[in-house]
Amino acid sequence: MTDPIKYFASRVSAHEMNRREFIGRSMAAGLTLAAATSLYGKSAMAQEPKRGGHLKLGLQGGSSTDVIDPAKSSSQFTFAMNRNWGDTLVESHPTSGLAVPALAESWEPNADASVWTFKIRKGVEFHNGSELTIDDVIKTLNRHTDEKSESGALGVLGSIKGIENKGGDLVITLSEGNADLPLLLSDYHLVIQPGGGYDDPSSGIGTGPFKVDNFEAGVRATFVKNENDWRSDRGYVDSVEMIVMNDATARMAALSSGQVHFINRVDPKTVSLLKRAPNVDIQTTSGRGHYVFIMHCNTAPFDNNDLRLALKHAMDRETMVEKILGGYGKVGNDFPINETYALFPEGIEQRSYDPDKAAFHFKKSGHDGSVLLRTSDVAFPGAVDAAVLYQESAKKAGIDIEIKREPGDGYWSNVWNVQPFSTSYWGGRPTQDQMYSTAYLSSADWNDTRFFNTDFDKVLLEARAELDQNKRKEMYHDMALMVRDTGGLILPMFNDFVNATTTNVSGFVQDIGNDMSNGYVATRLWLNS
Amino acid sequence: MANPLAGVYAARHRLKESHPLTVLIVERLGLSLLLLWAVSVLIFAGIEALPGDFAQTYLGQSATPQSIANIRADLGLDRPITTRYFEWLGGVVQGDFGNSWASGAPVTEQITKRLGNSLFLAFFAAAISVPLAVGLGMVAVHYRNRIPDRVINILSLAAISLPEFFIGYLLIVFFAVQLGVATFPSTVYDGMPWSERMAAIALPTATLVMVVLAHMMRMTRAAIISVMSSAYMETAELKGLGAFKAIVKHAAPNAIAPIVNVVALNLAYLVVGVVVVEVVFVYPGMGQYMVDAVTVRDMPVVQACGLIFAAVYILLNMVADLVAIIANPRLRHPR
Repeated sequence: MTDPIKYFASRVSAHEMNRREFIGRSMAAGLTLAAATSLYGKSAMAQEPKRGGHLKLGLQGGSSTDVIDPAKSSSQFTFAMNRNWGDTLVESHPTSGLAVPALAESWEPNADASVWTFKIRKGVEFHNGSELTIDDVIKTLNRHTDEKSESGALGVLGSIKGIENKGGDLVITLSEGNADLPLLLSDYHLVIQPGGGYDDPSSGIGTGPFKVDNFEAGVRATFVKNENDWRSDRGYVDSVEMIVMNDATARMAALSSGQVHFINRVDPKTVSLLKRAPNVDIQTTSGRGHYVFIMHCNTAPFDNNDLRLALKHAMDRETMVEKILGGYGKVGNDFPINETYALFPEGIEQRSYDPDKAAFHFKKSGHDGSVLLRTSDVAFPGAVDAAVLYQESAKKAGIDIEIKREPGDGYWSNVWNVQPFSTSYWGGRPTQDQMYSTAYLSSADWNDTRFFNTDFDKVLLEARAELDQNKRKEMYHDMALMVRDTGGLILPMFNDFVNATTTNVSGFVQDIGNDMSNGYVATRLWLNS
Repeated sequence: MANPLAGVYAARHRLKESHPLTVLIVERLGLSLLLLWAVSVLIFAGIEALPGDFAQTYLGQSATPQSIANIRADLGLDRPITTRYFEWLGGVVQGDFGNSWASGAPVTEQITKRLGNSLFLAFFAAAISVPLAVGLGMVAVHYRNRIPDRVINILSLAAISLPEFFIGYLLIVFFAVQLGVATFPSTVYDGMPWSERMAAIALPTATLVMVVLAHMMRMTRAAIISVMSSAYMETAELKGLGAFKAIVKHAAPNAIAPIVNVVALNLAYLVVGVVVVEVVFVYPGMGQYMVDAVTVRDMPVVQACGLIFAAVYILLNMVADLVAIIANPRLRHPR
């Protein structure tokens, strides 16, 4: 089954889509009528969601410094926790990544995508019994964007100029056109709270399928079902318990002994061992996160494009995916976008390991001596091993790479974005525009490859306001080529999200949005027994 | 010319003659406070020396210059280091440890809960391991160089030679995964029934007992053996005392000082050094709390944890010294 059809099937099981709709959409996705009919019957029978029960999750990434306030959410744990009790205006589609309505029912841009009008859903109730109003929405967005904001979404929403209520609709005015605004509002920090959360940002009162019962930072969080949920296709269990388990072995032991139903961050090195447990299903999802080797394009010796190309060709990508990711990932092509993004630029040749080309460019660059690469295991899991593998593959091209292992503590402030050649990690962004704006625009704070290209900046800003999808796709094609062929980014691999469930739960959706079914895991799973 | 301090010295001397222990305790307490203050300066300087401040590390990759500036202004991180230190110290001498920068909640409240959990686990581990270690040590002396002695030695040395996390994993694999009889994860929380709480700490307690047992047991054995070779033990044997009675009545009291020292060190370890065990068993104690705080440079929390850890060490060592002094008349009345 291809991905979209699989998703439709799971929605049938969740009663979100009726028979006619399912068959219609699946045929549009290239399935024959007979096949679609039989598939409908099968998914509906096999995956009737059951309600009730107590769902337990063992999650990596919680810390005793966590808070419920969604503006300050920065850990994997709070990311998944806030999805339980709160909603955003817009969500991203699990398989296409396009914007789909949530608390906003629909939206409309003006001609240059600089003014957007959102219709807010009626009849939605907060956990405290009050009804969701446009005021709550406006205040929430204000709290994340005003001059006192400490929100993690501030960088995303920087171009918002005005947030107004016009005749009961939300009108957002931007300083420049942005065709992706709805997707930006799906950011997990932007949970709509009563009164915008100004009074009590950590109250945990929202419109989500579960109410916060108890939260102890760095230990656990418990939830009970919100009986007045505005959606019926989620929140199947009666209660949820999320336990912080930062030790990978502890998570595996808890899952294989059946003490929890779901764990995140399964170590690729031990997936094969976990698979042997009879009661465990491995859930992998293609992700947008990528492990990178970054060179500063403006710093000697990396200010020479031939040296950069030599180092790009000296990377053995297949070996990296196999050895560092245990096969749970895809090779990268030196630009930070993969096919999970909408408008992915097709037809760009895959760069592969080529010692001859690497040697050719290395010679042409005139560089003499070794190249210093700084790394640490905090850059990404297995970064030091990856550096050593890279050293080996580069040696065959006659390039001598010297590895300097840096302390993990302080790596992000002292080495990354400071030293000219280092290993690093990037999580994905909801859109290509955001990924490029975050790290490849000349003026970006995190331009960690020191990529200064005025042509690139121009196309990026044009594409942002372009509502014609075909033209936009072409622009992203050009931008990808510029980063790939002249940038300082070596991108050997995109890592998959590797989670695991016990076999007695169903409903896990492989959501390309982010890890843990884009954080919605507890709202989508149900217990079979 | 008379020394103005002469009277004070004389008074101190007189007091020392009449209440030697009281003076000693007061002096040690005073020194402890000085030591704690020094520790707080070291911790403060240490956090400052770490790369990256709270605003940067807390926001991580989602940081923007504006949000960093907002947090710094909010917490007053833009002021000089001495101002911030004395402000913090001023609060502490009034019993106010401040609020955690990350969560905004009072440090005291959070620490009470975490420290309670740590002490709960440490208490049961100590209640089992200390009598067990001392008892096994005596048994080992009694059967010196015979089979029971060898077995005790080999088993306890094997336990201490395995890293603590590995013992933990072994116990989890056997008792939680394969046999399914033990509770795992060991998460404890408010309002948890007593019986469940006891079940939850069974495996971590067993791990800790195995980790600290050998050290105390071997010290008991060594100390008693050295006493056993002294002349008065020979006398005890000659006057017809049974071997075990001789150990309990004559050897043990004289061997108590080194044993108490080792016990104190191990008790301190049970409170402050078990972060690895906490992580493996998902137990919410002080160790993990402090590590989390250090990671984001949450100064008030790190300070409070550091001071509590230092206080535990200082206090237990003081108790060990006092017990040694009380047990030994020669130290009790120094000339």
